Amino acid sequence: MLIKKSADFRYSEITPKSVYLDRRKFLAGIPAALLAGRELLSPSGRAMAGTKLPDLVKSPFSTTEKENSYQEVTTYNNFWEFGTQKDQPAVYAKNFKTDPWTVSVEGAVDNPRKFSTEEIMKLAPLEERIYRHRCVEGWSIVVPWVGYSLSTLLKAVEPNSKAKFVAFQSYYDLKQMPMARPEIAGLPFPYMEGLRLDEALNPLALLCVGMYGETLPPQDGAPVRLVLPWKYGFKSIKSIVKIKLVGTQPPSTWNLANPPMYGWYSNVNPNVDNPRYSQATERRLGEFRRRPTLMFNGYADQVANLYAGMDLKKNY
Amino acid sequence: MRKVRWSPRWSKVLLFVLCLAPLFRLAWRAWNQDLTANPIEYITHFTGDWAIRLIVVTLFVTPLRKMLHLPDLIRFRRMIGLFAFFYACLHFLTWFGLDKFFDFREILQDFVKRRFIIAGLSAFLAMVPLAITSSTGWIRRLGGKRWQRLHRLVYFTGIAAVVHYYWLVKSDIRLPLLYGTLVALALAYRVAAWLVARGGAPARKRTAPALPTV
Repeated sequence: MLIKKSADFRYSEITPKSVYLDRRKFLAGIPAALLAGRELLSPSGRAMAGTKLPDLVKSPFSTTEKENSYQEVTTYNNFWEFGTQKDQPAVYAKNFKTDPWTVSVEGAVDNPRKFSTEEIMKLAPLEERIYRHRCVEGWSIVVPWVGYSLSTLLKAVEPNSKAKFVAFQSYYDLKQMPMARPEIAGLPFPYMEGLRLDEALNPLALLCVGMYGETLPPQDGAPVRLVLPWKYGFKSIKSIVKIKLVGTQPPSTWNLANPPMYGWYSNVNPNVDNPRYSQATERRLGEFRRRPTLMFNGYADQVANLYAGMDLKKNY
Repeated sequence: MRKVRWSPRWSKVLLFVLCLAPLFRLAWRAWNQDLTANPIEYITHFTGDWAIRLIVVTLFVTPLRKMLHLPDLIRFRRMIGLFAFFYACLHFLTWFGLDKFFDFREILQDFVKRRFIIAGLSAFLAMVPLAITSSTGWIRRLGGKRWQRLHRLVYFTGIAAVVHYYWLVKSDIRLPLLYGTLVALALAYRVAAWLVARGGAPARKRTAPALPTV
């Protein structure tokens, strides 16, 4: 037979009546407390890194589409010199030294010159250009870049008749970029890109020194980069140190690594699929559903004539 | 007082919680809006990573229990395998539902055109019969030998999952190579064990040439 034992707790251990009566209020407070905690954990403040660039000229090339946030554009980057994962450049490029900096513009030109970042910034009035930017991986963003047409810089060095193409080269230094090794990234370095001269002279091609009204952060290609909104993002080479006008088609890093995947032209084209990525649609960062990709990323009016009569399936 | 013992039941509970930990981590990051600027891509990679990790772990249960003389490890294999399937399901559903949003035209095109999708889908589909027949009842119904033969499909899943990963990365192949090496080791162990069990190691064969060989 079981013998009942007396309860071995004291009255002081029992929940006081006032708290007991307030239990509903306590429970009701939980969601608010959790939400407050959530705010503390992810501060949504926008940390700006660069120097303000005042008096920006508005550009007729700007889209009216909604811009992506500074946070999105600075934490989701392909900059393989600073790591092969999207979140790595924001971390590993943090201390990238971009001052002093020189861009050498040379080759088939009558007036070769070395430009400092300051000289580049003063060469022409800085414009704000809000462009769509489409990555070959199938995502896109809208960014308010700052700069001016690449043609301004090229005309300043006076290309001669031998100039048919423009070759670009990124900064490369294993001390600052310890991950920029072929055995890690599977890419040859330094990063190289190229354009036909007429493509480079198209006013849409932007020599970019800033975004969101200030100088570029390192992970987005400080201090000077290219922005070619009608081409897949990897063509828009970052942290440029050399621009050379040449007579033959210059190499493109991703094209060297995997030609079927990354064409030399790499114009945004929803009708030419890639062995890995469907190019018919894209996901705008911040949106849930994919949206159809536009021919030349929606810039056909400005650039389609550059490729008139070309087989774009062959010259992808 | 009862003696504290290594309880088989509690070790399984612990494993269950451990296997769920990645899902909680994902949920926590989602709650904190910490799924990067491209949450769907993040979820796809996250669930895929855990699927392939657990596939590799299941492939190592047999080699480890034999080599470390821990026969009891077998008790955990089913749960790890089912969790591998669980994360593979989440991975598949993320692609199918969140990424492609049930757009069957795009999905079909992906399947026809992209070899990494074919490899991934094959790896996943091969897991389905294994998950279904994972219960004790099914082992009994099929009989040990036949059940074992069927479940060798997991070798195919391991290889196809690695190929899927290798084909989908851009040019940094370090992780696919790591998983590939692990799967190769786990399978090499089985080949070696099979050769030994067959008693037909080539060296011994040569010493007994009189034996009729098939």
